[in-house]
Amino acid sequence: MPATRRTILKGLMASAAMGATAGAMTGAASAQPAPAPLTRTIPATGEAIPAVGLGTWITFNVGDDPVLRDECAAVMEAFFAGGGAMIDSSPMYGSSQAVTGYGLARLGQPAALFSAEKVWISSPAAGPAQMEESRRRWGVPRFDLMQVHNLLSWEAHLDTLAAMKAEGRIRYTGITTSEGRRHDLFERVMDTRRPDFIQITYNPVDREAEDRILPLAAERGIAVIVNRPFRQGELTRRLGPRPLLDWAAEVGAVSWAQLILKHILAHPAVTVAIPATTRVDHVRENLAAASGPLPDAALRRRIADHIASL
Amino acid sequence: MVEWWTYSAEDFLLFSPRVYWRLFALHNAAFHPLPLLTPAVGLALALLAAVRPPGHGRWIAAALAVLWAFVGWGFVWQRYAPINWAAAWIAPLFAVQAALFLAAAAAGALRFRRSGPAVWTGAALLAVALVGYPLMADSRAAAEVFGMAPDPTAVGTLGLLLAARGGWLRALLFPVPVLWCLATGATLWAMGAPQAWLAPAAAGVAVAVAVACARENRA
Repeated sequence: MPATRRTILKGLMASAAMGATAGAMTGAASAQPAPAPLTRTIPATGEAIPAVGLGTWITFNVGDDPVLRDECAAVMEAFFAGGGAMIDSSPMYGSSQAVTGYGLARLGQPAALFSAEKVWISSPAAGPAQMEESRRRWGVPRFDLMQVHNLLSWEAHLDTLAAMKAEGRIRYTGITTSEGRRHDLFERVMDTRRPDFIQITYNPVDREAEDRILPLAAERGIAVIVNRPFRQGELTRRLGPRPLLDWAAEVGAVSWAQLILKHILAHPAVTVAIPATTRVDHVRENLAAASGPLPDAALRRRIADHIASL
Repeated sequence: MVEWWTYSAEDFLLFSPRVYWRLFALHNAAFHPLPLLTPAVGLALALLAAVRPPGHGRWIAAALAVLWAFVGWGFVWQRYAPINWAAAWIAPLFAVQAALFLAAAAAGALRFRRSGPAVWTGAALLAVALVGYPLMADSRAAAEVFGMAPDPTAVGTLGLLLAARGGWLRALLFPVPVLWCLATGATLWAMGAPQAWLAPAAAGVAVAVAVACARENRA
């Protein structure tokens, strides 16, 4: 099996490198100010989706604070204006669902939205009610993607999600983990249950997923959502004061955040990265990372090695 | 199976420090002018404990029952639980504490002493609650106020309890404020707040002094 995965990955790497080269050429030849953001294909359906999404962990948990709710709505407005689509939340994230719903209502329910939610409850019987409550908080007719959060009661919840998908109440199923937890079980669930999406932590420092999870996703045709691309801001805070190296310009990165996102998105198995932010300028910067050239395999290694050395 | 050992305290922090500190400004503004009145109630309780007029223990216990009920409902349930789902389980403890204070008021379970190490320690904790906490805020609008915010209310309550004598009912009044002090210390530590040590230290001092003076307090 590893040989098969390697073969598939090599093919994907080659096509990604070609895409990067084409992007670089396009970038050099064109003076268009706002290139269309990179899209990726969801393997299960062939649907295209913008490669940079929006996370809501911590950043959108602002309770009833009217000022901060409006700030989140402004972030969402900039996100959709910049071509974004996927917003990801969870019942675990405090008021993030309600704040997302507030922003969507203020923006008139943007048609581009790709809603990604999670079921996070021990009792399988309570799953449907929790998902319905989440839907009510978002104010959407249905979720595009429903994921089992951190594999909690995953067997029963995946049965429920499969039934909901068959009934057209969700479009995709998924499972999530973070910070490299339970990768062995995660791999087994991917292998046996074949969800449409997986969500994992992956960035230039946390690269455990490269060993088995990402190759398996590529092999099985499972879309990959990347959470914690900046390690909850720790990476960008740590790197922020340091000057970008010259070779960042080779891929058009003007900030560490963009360089990190480009590193993540250049992995051929990655579908969407979901950085979270409270700032409009940051959401624009994140979206811009998905345009222009992406690093090839050699440059990805240099980026990861350099960031790890700092 | 959840691998709890792989989580750090920061992993359980669901909100940013900015959101947390803004809660107090929103809470104070929503209940204005109560943030000016509840510290005055705290001062009045200190005076009652010092002067000890007839029925002072009942009045102090009744006032603390009202303050704990108000902080539990107004802050912990209404304002804190939306950003921290764990607070929804903690808020009922504030109701339990209020009920215990009501029982103490009805039973006349608290009797205050005029001097001694427990009294002076209790006075110091009450001073921290009434004066120290508001001074630590970035702005007057966002001040954590005794009777409005849980941290100074818990620390001030421990101060008053230290200065009181009583039996098992008084002893039952310690656990909830002590638990809150530990919980808030963990939260502030995860947030990197410099005052994270204060509430747990106050709880530690209160428990240590209460235990050291246990025999005297039963007298």
